Amino acid sequence: MGATEARDRVPRRLVSWNHQMHADTFGTFDDTLASGPQRTPLHALHLRRGARMVPFSGYDMPLHYPAGLLKEHLHTRAGAGLFDVSHMGQIALHADDPADAARALEALIPADILGLRSGRQRYGLLTDAAGGIRDDLMVARFGDRLVLVVNAANKAADLAHLRANLPASVTATPLDRALVALQGPAAEAALARLAPEVAAMRFMDAADIPILGQDCLVTRSGYTGEDGFEISVPGFAAEALAEALLADGSVMPAGLGARDSLRLEAGLCLHGSDIGPDTTPTEAGLAWAIPSVRRAGGAREGGFPGAARILAEIAAGPARRRVGLRPEGRSPVRAGAPLFADAAAPEPVGIVTSGGFGPSLGAPVAMAMLPIALAAAGTRLLAEVRGQRLPVQVVPLPFVPAGFKRG
Amino acid sequence: MLRFTDEHEWLKAEGAVVTVGITAHAAEQLGDLVFIELPKVGARLAKGEAAAVVESVKAASDVYAPLPGEVVAVNDAAVADPATVGTDPQGDGWLYRLRLDDPSEMDGLMDEAAYAALPK
Repeated sequence: MGATEARDRVPRRLVSWNHQMHADTFGTFDDTLASGPQRTPLHALHLRRGARMVPFSGYDMPLHYPAGLLKEHLHTRAGAGLFDVSHMGQIALHADDPADAARALEALIPADILGLRSGRQRYGLLTDAAGGIRDDLMVARFGDRLVLVVNAANKAADLAHLRANLPASVTATPLDRALVALQGPAAEAALARLAPEVAAMRFMDAADIPILGQDCLVTRSGYTGEDGFEISVPGFAAEALAEALLADGSVMPAGLGARDSLRLEAGLCLHGSDIGPDTTPTEAGLAWAIPSVRRAGGAREGGFPGAARILAEIAAGPARRRVGLRPEGRSPVRAGAPLFADAAAPEPVGIVTSGGFGPSLGAPVAMAMLPIALAAAGTRLLAEVRGQRLPVQVVPLPFVPAGFKRG
Repeated sequence: MLRFTDEHEWLKAEGAVVTVGITAHAAEQLGDLVFIELPKVGARLAKGEAAAVVESVKAASDVYAPLPGEVVAVNDAAVADPATVGTDPQGDGWLYRLRLDDPSEMDGLMDEAAYAALPK
């Protein structure tokens, strides 16, 4: 047996994680060449807990633990899952005048960074001159310091981009820390046992909190659609923190497999699959990340890469858009599957950008990029899977409602 | 007679009809299975032809016809509950039955000891 391809049935030996794998083509974060996959500070914990390890973005990462992807996914929606996301890039920006760093970042990201108060976090996009998305990221302010969390596959390129474009008064420094995500409805109670103050945090809050005696940067956010936290912790202290969280009966370790199925059900974009240099924020359905202050007529209108195209597209509407898809049958429709308007159409009208099985729905789910005329919910199309055209329907995102603590 | 292929399939012969499935090793590698597509009864399969598809949450994998023959039965219970293939791949999780064109070709496949010794 071997892994199938969406269009060409190229036989390959049974391989591990061939789905949406990002090769790290940019070298390591500090621009040195690694001889093999890197290890996060939680590597030994993963092995001890019997994880199936796979190469991912230059790191040896857990795909799943012995419980398996389905249980890890469902447990994260019912209790809490603990994910090692230390492969992601954490970058701190420093400037003598904190407003300098915020102003400089606004020249690269169409977000309101000057208005970002200490203790808050926002989602943002690094755009390019053509209006495409270099990367998507989170930016938080802890006192005078801005801290970015960027995608693992892009972190070296992002750091180089920041350093090449920020003024000399602003320095970008990679943080050599571990990052763990505790996600799910039981996350608050489990983390509050170690740090009671997290219970007072709301969605997208950020706080500098000592946990088990170590300085941690905690945000109430994540990539699963659930309430939860991401905790940046010094590498040497990561394993003690992870074990303390796992000692709570409601917390189960979860791997990258569950992380991907959770974010897909939550309708969240994966850079390199659903979004990238070939998609604009508007096409991606991410214009909400561009606040009115940076749009036409705003006090700090434009002034970011690709502003002309992006602002024009916000005004006029995009020619195509990211949508949710529900296959009508049981067969998963995966990334790369072409979409057709009818059974006889010779040319595809769009392509599936992410797809698989949604464990919480017990059914296949996918996201796709489609021309605007075919992007309305209820539109029926055909996805080609192994030579067969299977019915799918455009549906609103997310597939599973978010459980954020906004109150 | 139980035989194995290096593509991680098993074949169990009863006369000229063999039952085909994936090995416990393959099932473990694939993880939780969520979808299975089996050939049609009556279909003729060439050796190496993609005969079935097993899909986990994360990926789809082809199951190749190990030998040429005609499909005489498929496991509808496994289609209805794909998890069976993961939990009992060499029992209730069988995939399909094939009437071999030439039953003597079974002799060219690996026995259990040879498969167990295969580098995986």
